[in-house]
Amino acid sequence: MINKRTVKAAFITSLPVMAGYIVLGTGFGVLLASKGYSFWWAPLMSVTMYAGAMQYVGVSILAEGASLISAALMTLMVNARHLFYGISMVESYRDMGWKKWYAAFGLTDETYSLLSTDPPLPDGVDRSSFNFLVTLMNQCYWIIGGMIGAALGTALSFNSAGIDFSMTALFVSIFVEQWEKKENRLPAVIGFAISVVCLIIFGADGFLIPAMLCICAALFLVRPRIEKGGGAK
Amino acid sequence: MINVFHSLALIAVMALVTAVLRLAPFILFSKNTPKPVMYLGNVLPYAIIAMLVVYCFREVDFMSGSHGIPELIAAALTAALHKWRHNTLLSILAGTICYMLLIQFVFV
Repeated sequence: MINKRTVKAAFITSLPVMAGYIVLGTGFGVLLASKGYSFWWAPLMSVTMYAGAMQYVGVSILAEGASLISAALMTLMVNARHLFYGISMVESYRDMGWKKWYAAFGLTDETYSLLSTDPPLPDGVDRSSFNFLVTLMNQCYWIIGGMIGAALGTALSFNSAGIDFSMTALFVSIFVEQWEKKENRLPAVIGFAISVVCLIIFGADGFLIPAMLCICAALFLVRPRIEKGGGAK
Repeated sequence: MINVFHSLALIAVMALVTAVLRLAPFILFSKNTPKPVMYLGNVLPYAIIAMLVVYCFREVDFMSGSHGIPELIAAALTAALHKWRHNTLLSILAGTICYMLLIQFVFV
């Protein structure tokens, strides 16, 4: 059930994503408008696709009128990481009922970063509704941002250079939060080290997938050690 | 001129592929979760957050320009503030404003 407390808790949790999504969404809307697409195209994409980086790529796919096959392949490459997010949320979303399907659909990088570590909830807050609402609120911020951008078009003049750092700051603060617990440190170090090595080898555009595969392999290698030590939970 | 039908078809394809990627694990493992997947569910989030931090720095050039100094300063401020106050909103606001000031006024 969705009660007042759950809505409040979800809203507070979603706040760190709000600024980033509105700003990044606005950037997307402006970009789309600059290619000659009218106002309604931005919310159409934000509602049906709801994928940050992919919608930026999607603008150039639309603008050049790419083939359906190449659009599908591009989406597959840019968004393959979401497969791993799903895998790691299967168990914690298990009992969400119908809400699970929307929460799975809306599992973006930022939503995943807020919900993947099962944040502690106040009394009387239902976790299923909480997960559902955080996902929904984040998507609303993203849609609103896109509409603002589409409405403003290229008339925007505020010097917002650097405001996209809010996403980096969100991930950094979650990283620090997790680092406090000793048992989380081994997976965190593995994730960091492998990502850096893969970034150097494969470059900025193609390192995510090899990094994720190597991270999974490395996590299985240390599995006996982690499970013996009580495990990360 | 914009080809409305082709654009709609492109959006439908991109939306469909994205949704399939996100929903597939939930459909495949809807009955019960295999042990290895459960294990990944427990440890992957910590590794992925570290990966996303690296991902945010992917375009930073440490060899030339400002050598990534504004990014590192702002990230260090975010981390230090978070360690001290444990207030996500405060950490993000301070880090972002610091970064904007640095790249707009200091490292121009």
